Amino acid sequence: MPPTVMLEVSRYRPEQDDKPVFQTYEVPFRDDWVVLDALNYIKDRLDGSLSFRWSCRMGVCGSCGMMVNGRPKLTCAAFLSDHLPGPIRVEPLNYFPIMRDLIVDITDFLEKLKKVKPWIVRDQVLPLEKGEYRQTPQQLDVYRQFSQCINCMLCYAACPVVGLEPGFVGPAAIALAQRYNLDSRDEGAKQRLKILSDHAGIWGCTFVGECTQVCPKHVDPAGAIQQYKLTGALDTLKSFLLPFGTR
Amino acid sequence: MDTFSCDVLVVGGGGAGLSAAIAVAETYPSLSVTVISKVYPMRSHTVSAEGGAAAVIKAGDGLDEHAYDTISGGDWLSDQDAVEAFVREAPDEMLQLEHWGCPWSREPDGHVAVRPFGGMKTERTWFAADKTGFHMLHTLFQTSLKYDVIRRHDECFVTKLLIDDGRCQGLVALELATGKIQAIIAKAVILCTGGCGKIFPFTTNASIKNGDGMALAYRAGAPLKDMEFVQYHPTGLPFTGILITEATRAEGGWLLNKDGYRYLQDYDLGTPQPKPVLRSMELGPRDRLSQAFMKEQEKGRTLKGPYGDYVHLDIRHLGEQVIDTKLPFVRELCAKYAGLDPVKEMIPVRPVVHYMMGGIHTDIHGATRMPGLYASGEAACVSINGANRLGSNSLTECLVFGARSGMAAAAFASDQREPNQSVLGQAHDEERRLEAQFLRKTGGTERIATLRTEMQETMERSAGIYRDGSALQQSAVKLHQLQERFQDLALDDHSYTFNTELTGALELSYMLDLAQVIVASALQRRESRGSHQRNDYPARDDRQYLAHSVAYRAENGSPRIEYLPVKITRWPPGQRVYGR
Repeated sequence: MPPTVMLEVSRYRPEQDDKPVFQTYEVPFRDDWVVLDALNYIKDRLDGSLSFRWSCRMGVCGSCGMMVNGRPKLTCAAFLSDHLPGPIRVEPLNYFPIMRDLIVDITDFLEKLKKVKPWIVRDQVLPLEKGEYRQTPQQLDVYRQFSQCINCMLCYAACPVVGLEPGFVGPAAIALAQRYNLDSRDEGAKQRLKILSDHAGIWGCTFVGECTQVCPKHVDPAGAIQQYKLTGALDTLKSFLLPFGTR
Repeated sequence: MDTFSCDVLVVGGGGAGLSAAIAVAETYPSLSVTVISKVYPMRSHTVSAEGGAAAVIKAGDGLDEHAYDTISGGDWLSDQDAVEAFVREAPDEMLQLEHWGCPWSREPDGHVAVRPFGGMKTERTWFAADKTGFHMLHTLFQTSLKYDVIRRHDECFVTKLLIDDGRCQGLVALELATGKIQAIIAKAVILCTGGCGKIFPFTTNASIKNGDGMALAYRAGAPLKDMEFVQYHPTGLPFTGILITEATRAEGGWLLNKDGYRYLQDYDLGTPQPKPVLRSMELGPRDRLSQAFMKEQEKGRTLKGPYGDYVHLDIRHLGEQVIDTKLPFVRELCAKYAGLDPVKEMIPVRPVVHYMMGGIHTDIHGATRMPGLYASGEAACVSINGANRLGSNSLTECLVFGARSGMAAAAFASDQREPNQSVLGQAHDEERRLEAQFLRKTGGTERIATLRTEMQETMERSAGIYRDGSALQQSAVKLHQLQERFQDLALDDHSYTFNTELTGALELSYMLDLAQVIVASALQRRESRGSHQRNDYPARDDRQYLAHSVAYRAENGSPRIEYLPVKITRWPPGQRVYGR
């Protein structure tokens, strides 16, 4: 095993750099270290000015997504040993504006998330004294997979449509919309369908499936998008056949 | 400097903060509410909670039972009026979250399912597989998006509370993206910033858990309570400190020493049975289980690893199906971070710093002693958790006291005149301080990481599972030296854009203050109770210490400790009995 490994880290300090440049650091190689540990070694010992986001170090807060050797990864789960012999190239997530070093601007995503109404929509709300909405384990299973998204943005960094069409609401937001649509407690599917079909991009998805492949939580955004396209197409068809509505 | 104003200002966007903000929006819709956090809300550490959230909902359970388990689990240091309010309001808060879409695990008939948990006599812990905190946080965050009155200042780091006329009237924050200083004027401020596990070297806590809110309150003159009570969770993965949930034991997991022996039977925790028994053995309280580990280690019956001693958590006998339905995250964490499959292998675990029972001193409405300042969640100490929190009470606490603090702050705010604009002068002073002390500072010799590591090491040596007076005294001296060395910090980064070295320095300074409070409070409590075990004072002493420690910051910066009697309503102090 090598005693050290080289990291090529993308640096961008808007006050001094016109564009991102690579800086190389040599860090100790340890079998149980992940890329995030190496970045923290750099920050603590070599260069306190390197900036990146991280928090839980257990793959659930979604903060530490970066490009590792060109692939979007959670750096807390990307072992150095899987990227030998190096150098290991670490860059900010693709397709997002870079704020500083490895930190990207995700404000646009937060707005898109809100647009899909990711909350329970109901005509009639059950009073608390009536207890819980019943939901069987089978009903839970219908949407459970889509509820696992941690908003880590890896799917956006992998999506060719996001790169071409900035207005595209994107894989995670669509999967979240579907999470609520499929929840037996929710009645908001129609509202969300209208938002999504009016929104640029959903028809541009070519079902490359990159989003699903890179998801660290095994959510299937590509599947959600295909489901949407089908429902959307059926609805458009219905509006031709039944112009006065389906009710 | 940018200036903003609002009626209620919530610091922190985790379980407590979002509950507080939604409670304001629901009950006082005419008030404006702002949530400010150093991270995006869905990054908050609530996300990492795994096992579940307790609330009485099933037939055969009762509020008094939940209260008694909590009070005895806390070794009688809980305020019983607060516990009674907590258990009473818990079921509705949990149901509300169900109505907002939280994907709770279910019974076959569609009712919410519950599981056993440590120190609980009845099964009353609601769960969403073993990602309960994650699902609760995302449900709260997504639900909060539907309220237009809730505004957010994401990724803004709070550096100071604005106090005028003895009243909290807002705060100063650093917008990370731009380095701009924000002065936010508010009629009421609620601190929901969570705990400070990062004061210790080995913790389940995320890197963001630096006790920001506790330190802000302490510096502003609002005291901290019961800070000596630090919870070690008995089962963390060595090296990473990743939490392996208590739910593993609730589902039937065993703790085994190097001989494959269920050693808890030697520590007055019951006799081993093949199936889990409530309030017994592996379902005993966390303080007692972590202490048992230390005793096993002394006897040489633990295993040796590169990151210290460990024991085995064995869940193989639960079978793949139970593990995949009830504990999928445990399997994922073990596979991804420890390279093992718990279906086939035992999990190496050791005690790990997990939770602060102490925090900002509040009453049962979340009000601190300073008008206009509120706190809830782990940052606060109400206290329901006493000397040792029971697993699955903290997520529920975030909901119940988050909402309570939100409503109390809103009621206060709706009754107040406009804040005094003169506090803006303080904000300008704070801007100048940050510039001079950090951003334009040159020279210095000390690195943040060095001071942080030395602080963590001294805390583990002196304020760990077992403590004694002389180690604590040495630690107090060491922490004082670290405070002085902090003044000589060398900083590489002078940028205004996302300067995480600056926030790292500010976090370290918060943690140093809190470390001093933990050590001073531990030193003065000359008894053993719950998670606070003194080798030199091994017995509980109700005559002197049936009381909360309350820490004020003295003029010279060091803590001054006073005591406040515990509120006893219906459960006089008794013996903690487990396994029999």
